[in-house]
Amino acid sequence: MVVPVSEVVPETPTTVTLTFPYPPAAEPGQFVMVWLPGQDELPMSLSRTDGPVKGVTIKAMGETTRSALSLSPGTRIGIRGPYGRPFDLSPRRVLVVGGGSGTAVLAPAVEAARRRGNAVTVALGATRAEELLFLHRLSSVEGAAVHVATDDGSAGERGFVTVLADRLLEEGSFDALWTCGPERMMEKLRLSARTRAVPFFASVERQMKCSLGLCDACAFGPFHVCTDGPVFSEQQLAEVPDFGRFKRDASGSRVPP
Amino acid sequence: MAEGSYRLGSLTLRNPVLLASGIWGESGRSMAEAYRAGAGAVVSKSIGTLPRAGYPNPTVEVLGPWGMLNAMGLPNPGMERYPEEIAEARALGTPIVGSLFGKDADEFASLARSMARTGVVALELNLSCPHAKGYGSELGQDPEAVREVVRAVKGAVSLPVWAKITPNTHDPAGLAEAAESAGADAITAINTVRALAIDPTLARPVLAHGTGGLSGPALKPIGLACVWSIFDRVRIPIVGVGGIATGDDAYEYVLAGARAIEVGTAVSTHGVSVLGSVARGLEEQVRRGGFPDLDHAVGAAHPR
Ligand SMILES: Cc1cc2nc3c(=O)[nH]c(=O)nc-3n(C[C@H](O)[C@H](O)[C@H](O)COP(=O)(O)O)c2cc1C
Ligand code: FES
Repeated sequence: MVVPVSEVVPETPTTVTLTFPYPPAAEPGQFVMVWLPGQDELPMSLSRTDGPVKGVTIKAMGETTRSALSLSPGTRIGIRGPYGRPFDLSPRRVLVVGGGSGTAVLAPAVEAARRRGNAVTVALGATRAEELLFLHRLSSVEGAAVHVATDDGSAGERGFVTVLADRLLEEGSFDALWTCGPERMMEKLRLSARTRAVPFFASVERQMKCSLGLCDACAFGPFHVCTDGPVFSEQQLAEVPDFGRFKRDASGSRVPP
Repeated sequence: MAEGSYRLGSLTLRNPVLLASGIWGESGRSMAEAYRAGAGAVVSKSIGTLPRAGYPNPTVEVLGPWGMLNAMGLPNPGMERYPEEIAEARALGTPIVGSLFGKDADEFASLARSMARTGVVALELNLSCPHAKGYGSELGQDPEAVREVVRAVKGAVSLPVWAKITPNTHDPAGLAEAAESAGADAITAINTVRALAIDPTLARPVLAHGTGGLSGPALKPIGLACVWSIFDRVRIPIVGVGGIATGDDAYEYVLAGARAIEVGTAVSTHGVSVLGSVARGLEEQVRRGGFPDLDHAVGAAHPR
């Protein structure tokens, strides 16, 4: 569906949120294919899932995502989806760990979990203070406890968010850990959660083309990220030798994650 | 049809339903999953000499219930790297038909030699991709070029060689005849039909490449007509493909002249278990039709 961009909201120096009218129902964890006509079409997790206006939060990485930073309201973009499996929102006490732009997909899950009355603890990590995504948005979620770590110590504690998350896991009791961020970070968290028998769910990113479970671009062990993911459980990830080790480029060749 | 008892030329397969090329064929593990879901064998992604990223997105457009368009642009990791994927699938017991594309007879022959060393059970030559310039159907629309490629590949390897032909020509059966005359062991028909989708709001083609290939339900009557006319003109087995999602669809292809069939788009629309359900459904239909086995049903719709 071709829709006009409603708002372009700068979030960090390298990240913007685009909102757009898109009525189909969506759940936290799902993604859409965003087409910037004349450029490319990319998979983007929804950072806003409620109501008729949806949103995606885009980090400038390549040519197309960089150009998204300078889009203006009214620009027409194509959206298809939502695709994929969402987060299971039923666990009562959740630890949510976001690394960099990975927080985009977690924010609507945190809000939805709080609306259900579930306890939510958030650990946010980034390289430096100004790259922390959705700090304000998450801090204003009633009843969510937000902790911060930055690599350079410019906000919260200095160090990796995995260290912070380990401590939170040690101190608290959780029925689930949800995460999205760099794959090596998620792989570390998976092992921590497994040691403590906390059910673990990660939103995984891969090359996508069809997003229909057809072309195999997003092949991920016995799974396809577009239809079986992007949210995978620890039990599923244990079956995927790729996780944390390799991904595939546009040609299907194995490359470092 | 007992397990492992279906014969297609010199091959023995557990059933005559294969995964079509380009679907779940980039990773070895995906191919193994398709086999586990009930396919008789799996046709690999079409592999060329060098890694190829394919066209930029959008590469697909869904056309409601009729089918879909794709212009993937033959993405593949290249012949040097792909053997590790085949090895992974074979380690899990998956019989693979290696699909190849090249720009001329020499390139096809050299790819065929490399692919033969990976332990595939047959080769399928993609002479029919409707949207990759210089490859596939540009070359595959010319019977003389088809003959040359098939002859070169047959001279290079001892594996069964299937020629996958394009419907984007006035005489697909003529292409099949050319392939047979050069020694092809089977004809695969058909690849996608060249087609276009335009976004009316943006007044531009939806696919980044412009045109693409039509697959899914809308392709079935076209594929059936191609298999029908090829059956009248060649003696080698025909592998039918295009819009098959049920045992009934597969049975229609068999009645038109196919000895085996491939399933592509339905893996997305129906889930990968469609491979097993088409195989079971086909067996059931053949029995209901009163045929002692599938071979007796092949081409049975033709006037006798
Ligand atoms: C996404 C996609 C990729 C394809 N890639 C290839 C390919 O690499 N080589 C090939 O010979 N055919 C390719 N095809 C064509 C299919 O193998 C098949 O001939 C066609 O889709 C018709 O069958 P279907 O209606 O069951 O999908 C592709 C089809 C689709 C939909
Ligand atoms: S993106 Fe094509 S199978 Fe997932």
